[in-house]
Amino acid sequence: MVNLGVKIHNLDLKNPVMTASGTCGFGEEIADFIDLSLLGGIVVKGTTLKHREGNAYPRMAETPSGMLNAVGLQNKGVDNFIANIYPRIKDIDTQIVVNVNGSTIEDYVALTERLNELEKIPAIELNISCPNVKEGGMAFGISCPSAEAVVKAVRAVYSKTLIVKLSPNVTNIADIARAVESQGADSVSLINTLLGMAVNAETRKPVLSTITGGLSGPAIKPIALRMVWQVFNAVKIPVIGMGGIMNATDAIEFMIAGASAVQVGTAIFIDPTIPVKIVDELSTYMERHKIQSVNELIGSLQC
Amino acid sequence: MKKTVIDLLLLENKQLNKDNFLLKLQSPVPVSEIFPGQFVNVEIKNAQEIFLRRPFSVLDVDYKNQTISLLVKILGRGSKKLTESQVGNKISTILPLGKSFTLPNKEDKVLLIGGGSGVAPMLFLAKICGLPTENVHILIGARSSSDHVDIEEYKPYGNFYFTTEDGSLGEKGYVTNHSVFTTNLNQFTKVYTCGPDQMMKAIGRIAIKSDLFCEVSLENMMACGFGVCLCCVEDTKAGHKCVCTDGPVFNVNELKW
Ligand SMILES: Cc1cc2nc3c(=O)[nH]c(=O)nc-3n(C[C@H](O)[C@H](O)[C@H](O)COP(=O)(O)OP(=O)(O)OC[C@H]3O[C@@H](n4cnc5c(N)ncnc54)[C@H](O)[C@@H]3O)c2cc1C
Ligand SMILES: Cc1cc2nc3c(=O)[nH]c(=O)nc-3n(C[C@H](O)[C@H](O)[C@H](O)COP(=O)(O)O)c2cc1C
Ligand code: FES
Repeated sequence: MVNLGVKIHNLDLKNPVMTASGTCGFGEEIADFIDLSLLGGIVVKGTTLKHREGNAYPRMAETPSGMLNAVGLQNKGVDNFIANIYPRIKDIDTQIVVNVNGSTIEDYVALTERLNELEKIPAIELNISCPNVKEGGMAFGISCPSAEAVVKAVRAVYSKTLIVKLSPNVTNIADIARAVESQGADSVSLINTLLGMAVNAETRKPVLSTITGGLSGPAIKPIALRMVWQVFNAVKIPVIGMGGIMNATDAIEFMIAGASAVQVGTAIFIDPTIPVKIVDELSTYMERHKIQSVNELIGSLQC
Repeated sequence: MKKTVIDLLLLENKQLNKDNFLLKLQSPVPVSEIFPGQFVNVEIKNAQEIFLRRPFSVLDVDYKNQTISLLVKILGRGSKKLTESQVGNKISTILPLGKSFTLPNKEDKVLLIGGGSGVAPMLFLAKICGLPTENVHILIGARSSSDHVDIEEYKPYGNFYFTTEDGSLGEKGYVTNHSVFTTNLNQFTKVYTCGPDQMMKAIGRIAIKSDLFCEVSLENMMACGFGVCLCCVEDTKAGHKCVCTDGPVFNVNELKW
C-alpha cells in the first residue's frame, strides 16, 4: 500500500488530486460519474458576496489543445451557497474548499467572514486571478502591493487554511507568491487561466462577448509547470499546481516540479472520471517506482 | 437517469446525402431511458485541433439491441471527422444529457418542425409520442431537395410536409411560409421545433403571438454538456440558464424572443 496523503498547511488531503474551481460545479454535478469521496478535495465554483449573472454568451471558444472561457464568475452568491448548497455537500467525505472572489477588499473580507462560520469548509482559495471580471479579480493578483493588501485583510478574519490562487498574467509570479506568503497565506495555487483571445476570420468579430478570455487546458501546461517550479523555489508554503492536467503523468510532473497537490480543471469537461483515474494511476506509478509516500515526489526534480 | 461516460461501438455509418450521416452506435450495457431532445456528447478522436466533445441529439434508441442512432450533419471539422469513423470503431460518449421535450397528452394534435440536423429529435418525438398518425404533423425544411434527409422508417409516424428554399421539394420558401403553418396553425395544441436559430425564432415568435404551446431545442456552444462549465448559457427571462442541463429544450415563453 502506498501512502497518498498530503498536507496543505492544516488541511489533510487523502490524496493530492483535487478538482479545480469552475470546472466541477459544487461537486454534485459530477457525482453521477465518480465517487466524490475518492478525491483529495473539491474546489467549488467561484463564489461572490452577491449573485452574479456572469458575462453574455458566447463565453467559450475552442482553441488548439484547450479553450478560452469568459464565464465571469456566474454564481448565486454566498447566501444561496450557505442556505442551499452547503447543506447538500457538507457531508461528502472529502475536503471542500470555497473559491472566494470580490471586486473590492471589503467584498473579499465580508465573504470570508461568512465562510469562516462553516464547520465543514476547512479552507478557502482566494481568487485574485480571475481574468473575466471588470472589477477586482485579476487586478488584485498582478501587483505585489494589491495582492499583499487583500491577503492581509482576509488573513485578519480567517483562521483556517488560506490558499491564494495566483494569476499567470504577470512578469514574475515568484514575486507575487512571496508577497502573499509574507502576509500569511498558508498555500498558493496556480495557475489560473492565461489571458487570451479568439477572432472569427469570416465575420471579423471576436468569438467571445468579452473579446478576451481565459485560456486553459493542455495548451497552458508547460507554462504552468514552469511557474509551479519557480514558485516552489521562491516560497516555503505548499504549492498547489494546475494547468492542463489531463492524466496521471501530467499530475506527477507537477508534483516533481514542486506541487504538493494538483487540481484538475478543463480535463473534466472531456471526461469527468479523469480525477479519479489520476488517483488510481498515481498509486500504480508509485508502486512501479517503489515510492512509499507521495510526499517523496514533491519538488523531486533532478537538475 | 444516471449520466455515464461510455465507449459505444459504431455499428453502422450511412451517408444519407451530401452532408448528412446516420450513425448507429451499440452500447455494451443496457441503454438507459432516453427521450426526444436529449443528447449525447461525443469525443472526436485523432483530430488535430479538436479538443472538446461535440453534442448530438438522439435520433432513436433501440433498447432491445442496445443501440442509439444519431443524425450527424457536417458543419465543421468535428462533425466531418465523426462521419469518417469506421464501422467497428469505439466512440466515447457521455449520455444521456439534457432535458427532453414535454411529451404530448392523448388529446394533443402536434406540429413538429425540423430544419437541418434538427429533424433528429423531431422524428424521435414523432415515433414515441404515442399519438394517432392523424394528430402528428411533421414539417421539414431544407435548402434544397438534395439537402433533405429522407428516412423512410419514420414515415408511418405522422403526416409529412416539406419546404425547400429553391422549391425542389414540397412548397417553396421557409417552414413559416408553408400552408400548414400559415392557414390553420390553431388546429395544433402543441408545436415543437429544432433547427437553425433563425427558424426557431421565427416559429417561436408566431407561437407566442398565437398563444400556442411551443418548445424549442437550442444548440448553444458547449464545453462540458453536463452543467459544470457554465459556457452554454441562454439569457432567459429568469437569467442565464444552462442549455445543457436546464435545456436544451425550452418553452418559448421562458426565452427573451
Ligand atoms: C444540444 C445539441 C444538439 C445537437 N444535435 C445535433 C444533431 O442531432 N445533429 C447534428 O448534426 N448537429 C447537432 N448539433 C450541432 C453540433 O453539435 C455541431 O454541428 C457540432 O458541434 C459542430 O462541430 P464541428 O467541429 O463540426 O464544427 P466546428 O468546426 O467547431 O465549427 C464550424 C462552425 O459551426 C459553428 N458551430 C459549432 N458548434 C455549433 C453549435 N453547437 N451550434 C451552432 N453552431 C455551431 C461554429 O461556430 C463554426 O462556425 C447539436 C448541438 C447541440 C448543442
Ligand atoms: C470554464 C472555467 C471556469 C473557471 N472558473 C474559475 C473560477 O470560478 N475560479 C477560479 O479560481 N478559477 C476558475 N477557472 C480556472 C481553473 O480553476 C484553472 O485554474 C484553470 O482552468 C487551469 O487549469 P486547467 O487547464 O486544468 O483547466 C475556470 C476555468 C474554466 C475553464
Ligand atoms: S456546456 Fe458546460 S455547463 Fe453547459
